[in-house]
Amino acid sequence: MAPGLIWLTALMIVPCLLIFVLAFYERGIYGGVDWSILTSENIRRAADWLYVSVFIDSARIAGIATLIALLIGYPAAFAIARAPERLQTPLLFMAILPFWTNYLIRTYAWIVLLNPAGLINGALIHLGIISEPLPILYNEFAVILGLVYNYTPFVVLAIYSSLQRLDPSYAEASRDLGASAFTTFVRIILPLTASGVAAGAVFVFVLSIGNFVTPDLLGGGKLQMIGNLIYDQFLTARDWPFGATLSGLLIALMMLALTAQALAAGRARGEHA
Amino acid sequence: MKLRSLGILFASALSIAAGVMPANAEKIVISNWDGYMPKDMAEKFKAETGIDLEVAVHATNEEIMGKVTASGGQGFDVLFVSSPFAEALNQLGLLSPIDAAKIPNLSNLYPEATQLKHDPGNTFSVPYSWGTTGLCYRSDLVKAEPTSWNDLLNPSDDLKGKITMLATDRWLMAAGFLANGMSVNTTDQASLDKVRDQLVATKKSLLAYDDTTFYSKLVSGEASLVHAWDGWCNYGIAENDKIKYVVPKEGSDLWVDTMVITKASANPEGAAKFINFVLKAENGKWVAENIMYKTPNKAGMDSLDKATLEKYPNMAIAPADLLKFEQLRDLGAGMKAFSKTVSEIMAAK
Amino acid sequence: MPRFLTVHLGATYAFLYMPILVLMVLSFNKAGLPTAWGGFSLEWYGKLATNPKILASAWNSVIVACVSTAIATTIGTLLALGVERSKPSAARDALLFAPMIIPDIVLAIALLSFFTLVKFTLGLQSIILAHVVFNIAFVCAVVRARLKSFDWSLTEASRDLGAGAFTTFWRITLPLILPAVIAAALLAFTLSVDEFIIAYFTAGAGQSSTTLPMQIYAMIRFGVTPEINAMATIVMLVSFVLVLTAQRLNRGRIPGA
Repeated sequence: MAPGLIWLTALMIVPCLLIFVLAFYERGIYGGVDWSILTSENIRRAADWLYVSVFIDSARIAGIATLIALLIGYPAAFAIARAPERLQTPLLFMAILPFWTNYLIRTYAWIVLLNPAGLINGALIHLGIISEPLPILYNEFAVILGLVYNYTPFVVLAIYSSLQRLDPSYAEASRDLGASAFTTFVRIILPLTASGVAAGAVFVFVLSIGNFVTPDLLGGGKLQMIGNLIYDQFLTARDWPFGATLSGLLIALMMLALTAQALAAGRARGEHA
Repeated sequence: MKLRSLGILFASALSIAAGVMPANAEKIVISNWDGYMPKDMAEKFKAETGIDLEVAVHATNEEIMGKVTASGGQGFDVLFVSSPFAEALNQLGLLSPIDAAKIPNLSNLYPEATQLKHDPGNTFSVPYSWGTTGLCYRSDLVKAEPTSWNDLLNPSDDLKGKITMLATDRWLMAAGFLANGMSVNTTDQASLDKVRDQLVATKKSLLAYDDTTFYSKLVSGEASLVHAWDGWCNYGIAENDKIKYVVPKEGSDLWVDTMVITKASANPEGAAKFINFVLKAENGKWVAENIMYKTPNKAGMDSLDKATLEKYPNMAIAPADLLKFEQLRDLGAGMKAFSKTVSEIMAAK
Repeated sequence: MPRFLTVHLGATYAFLYMPILVLMVLSFNKAGLPTAWGGFSLEWYGKLATNPKILASAWNSVIVACVSTAIATTIGTLLALGVERSKPSAARDALLFAPMIIPDIVLAIALLSFFTLVKFTLGLQSIILAHVVFNIAFVCAVVRARLKSFDWSLTEASRDLGAGAFTTFWRITLPLILPAVIAAALLAFTLSVDEFIIAYFTAGAGQSSTTLPMQIYAMIRFGVTPEINAMATIVMLVSFVLVLTAQRLNRGRIPGA
């Protein structure tokens, strides 16, 4: 345990403290930090409805993406875990391989697929299913699609690793005792894989909420997510103190949610034991 | 613990394998956009001066600016950045002054290029390329040829959903400022609010904010009219001769990409030699011919083929005309209000 | 396996590979823009072969991803084992969540400032150190998910029978959690090989520590040409062949990995 905790302390906690302390100072006139003024001004600025609404919107979009990724990823992981043993690792590799190409060119490929004259609209029109191209690019739909696409494999990996040791005899016993497939799934299988679902959900949610490339390219820059906002504060506005403030708030909110969830899960386990 | 030290050992072994240069070889490190200078520049520079040229790449001004601010510019000798960023780097005390005596090829520049407002007399920056920002359009897809910023900001019905605007904050706002006859460096709240309302209204007609692939959207016909830098519009013109560029009647900004020497430079002499080398006529010519940007290098521009200027008319804009346009300047204390306005536009639905 | 699961799995792979097929096709497109088909051509593969910048940066990415994955998987797995066997601690859990939540740009600037402060030489080594930070958290989370249903009595039995801590780990624990460790390593490798912002900030100045994503983003201004698609196509095919070969070699050797 020690090497991991030391690594995180030395290369995350210490460096990030250097940044978060900036939240209490002013932006220098040319973009540096004015160390002469200790202030709570940045917190007041962050309370503006503008930033609050970006937080809420990002959480909503990331939440939808997480839900869809789970709905796609769970059965896929389940299917992989049910495949013959020797095929499982290759199947996992196959799920992750597309993501060894570059994010940017994968996203460009989606633009080719989604644009009004693109392959998807073209095929649908050709088949006579629609007559006008569907508006499926440069909007929220495209952003959610991009997030789901890029992060579903992570859900598959997380859920697979918790499913893999699921003893099929549990399910068989449940079925033998007369439970329906649905009841067996909800009462037996789902609880046993809850830790994998939770891990996968956390991956998609945190990666989505911090993403800024997908809103820029697939959203056509018309959607502002918290990831874009923070990136822009640090690099475009060159306002590190305010960027640090927004990041600090994001981290605090996410920490609260995650530790509450972890404690609740821990308590639930404790009761069952 | 063992594994960790093993890992660090491995990592440092790698770094030694990857990063060591002969100790006595003189070298300089520059950071530039990929593809923004001749591919054989390093070999030629080495042949002429004996100095190794190491090239790092950056994707945007914002990134290299962030990196240099956080590290003090350690490791870099020369940076290629747009003029407002050069100005900010200088104000932050991160740049070395330019010693004209060591860069005789400064004489290859147009006289106008030594009078740029962000740095008259080239005291901390040397211009590399320059141009305008305007409207790039498919002449076969628009009903009327655009002439005004308002043709973009209040598009006619047939253009709705067929236009893009630049995503980079300063240029996005500049379109609104110019349409209203304001300075491109406006920061007073009332003007910001007015332009914000206008750009939020335009957002509803926008296909996308785009500052990388707008010209390919024109080529594919996804867009008919885009907000563009002149050099990038030329990439579209190269693919489709129905694509045209116009500087709106209200004017443009004058953008300038510059070379600067870092204060942290370990080899400022070599850095000056490099800038002097870049200012050779042949390199100016290369910029104009290969990336179709105008360059303030008079010697280079003079040696250009007539055909190039005919195919890309915006390349022929005279330096005196360029200087009529206002440059983007660092906004200093006005940046906070400006940035909030941009966030409001970006977050608007 | 129920039929709908097989169908769903097939549909999921189709979804995951759809844009990959597009980018593979575009790597053979004579035209430089992705919007028009200019005829079949191998031109971009030829250009790739003579583009040392793309090839060198791809190699750098492989080094960074492999080394940071190896370190993070080892440390993260040990960390997960330690955490799951000790008393729950909200503070420690928070520490383990943090690297996933901290926005990339914050970690990027923080690490660069820190490395500059302590005069650590920037290069591939600093990118690796940085990538290990977030990868520890992801690896740890995946392995912990597996350990929630781990039967610790097996390791206790092993110790009772006189096996040492190392033997128990190597012969009992690791084989049981290996699928989760492999999944975690895959996740870490994928995150590292495609990471841009943190790599950009913690890289040294020069081509020798430019990774592939850094190279590709830097090309945006003057055009990302299909050379990159050619590169991606080769990466896909090589990985594919490696997976198939590994699978053939393993066939029958491991009676249940």
